Amino acid sequence: MTAPALQTTRRCPYAPPDEHTRIRDTESGISQVTLPSGQVAWALSRLEHIRAMLTDPRFSSDRQHPNFPRFTREQPAFDLMRPSIIQLDPPEHGPARKAVVGEFTVRRMAGLRPRIQQIVNEHIDAMLAGPRPADLVRALSLPVPSLVICEQLGVPYRDHDFFQSHSSALLSRVVTAEGRRQAVTELRDYLKELIAEKAADPADDLLGRQLAQGNDPEDVLSLAFLLLIAGHETTANMISLGVVTMLERPDELAALREDPARTLPAIEELLRVYTIAEFANSRVAVEDVEIGGVTIRAGEPVLALSNAANHDPSAFDEAEEIKLDRGARNHVAFGFGIHQCLGQNLARMELQIVFDTLFRRIPTLRLATPADTLPYKNDALIYGIHEVPVTWEDPA
Amino acid sequence: MTKIAADLDRCVGSGQCVLTNPDAFDQSDEDGTVVLLQDTPADDEALKRARIAVEICPSRALSLTE
Repeated sequence: MTAPALQTTRRCPYAPPDEHTRIRDTESGISQVTLPSGQVAWALSRLEHIRAMLTDPRFSSDRQHPNFPRFTREQPAFDLMRPSIIQLDPPEHGPARKAVVGEFTVRRMAGLRPRIQQIVNEHIDAMLAGPRPADLVRALSLPVPSLVICEQLGVPYRDHDFFQSHSSALLSRVVTAEGRRQAVTELRDYLKELIAEKAADPADDLLGRQLAQGNDPEDVLSLAFLLLIAGHETTANMISLGVVTMLERPDELAALREDPARTLPAIEELLRVYTIAEFANSRVAVEDVEIGGVTIRAGEPVLALSNAANHDPSAFDEAEEIKLDRGARNHVAFGFGIHQCLGQNLARMELQIVFDTLFRRIPTLRLATPADTLPYKNDALIYGIHEVPVTWEDPA
Repeated sequence: MTKIAADLDRCVGSGQCVLTNPDAFDQSDEDGTVVLLQDTPADDEALKRARIAVEICPSRALSLTE
């Protein structure tokens, strides 16, 4: 019997695809699915199983393994760059992550707060000065995280159109293999040149410091590529989805505006219910492993249906409900295990500053089109919204 | 007495413990790994937070011992 094709379309923006829920509610919560690559992979769907898998060294992150789960028919272009930290297993992974994670500590992120606040203020000023309705995605969601990651890495923001279009191509499910390879090559060449300039003329930014620490420029290149792509669209999508959710819940928005202590718990809940990077936690078994009564054989591909796990009723009370004061932080929206998102504390802070500032400064902000007609991204590997028209009243 | 233990070899510097209780946990500026500021939770609230930190630590670097 052939395994059914993996379903990736959401019927409701804040619920997993129906098929994932169905798998989760089977006796084992584990099923086989056929990926777009033609590979048959085990799909895990319960929080407990996914946390176990992502902390078990018998599952590898080596994307060059022929059985590593793929969402494309062709193999990714491994010849273009060295593997980045997300592709490394222990013992190589630990030292590589520790060489950069000092750049993303909670304290370092707090140090960025004044500059991020300034960036958010300037973009809200510009939106208020422009025509109504405005597209929130272009006015705020995309440029804020984009500018922040550029400044942190030391990538000139004037080039952001270039890598914006290239990262969109990389994250699209509809781009051709050739188009994807071309986007990777152009982005790599751009970053390679930038890193060569920094090597010749040391700069006090993340990439400059990586070079100053004596890291190989080829490894710094892979890191730069990873951080630029990962720091770009993910936070942007959460800003858009979060703003839409809040605007649809005026009572809770009013409570949030009254009490900024509500913002961080609300962000955790939004991260959980949307789980925008729901397919980012794939592995390949390197030994036989038993999970939930199912034996996964060495060499078999495994997929974590993180969105289903984040709506798992055995882990969250009334899991289908959005409860902005839930306060649950055991979700896997940023993954779990040694590869958990490096930039998660930056993302939380960007979301906090954007929500607090936007709703305080524009109390009359509203959607200019009904929420259920918004163009949700069912065509991308990272969930989000393409465009969010918003409008507001003149201040009285 | 409940004590918190941290395994620096396992720690990957996600900072989730710091977000959970900044009075009890900090991170090394150099490699992001956990620095225990209090190895014994001072009160029930600190103990509750320590349990959360253990549960959400992505690399299972934290543990509680009785």
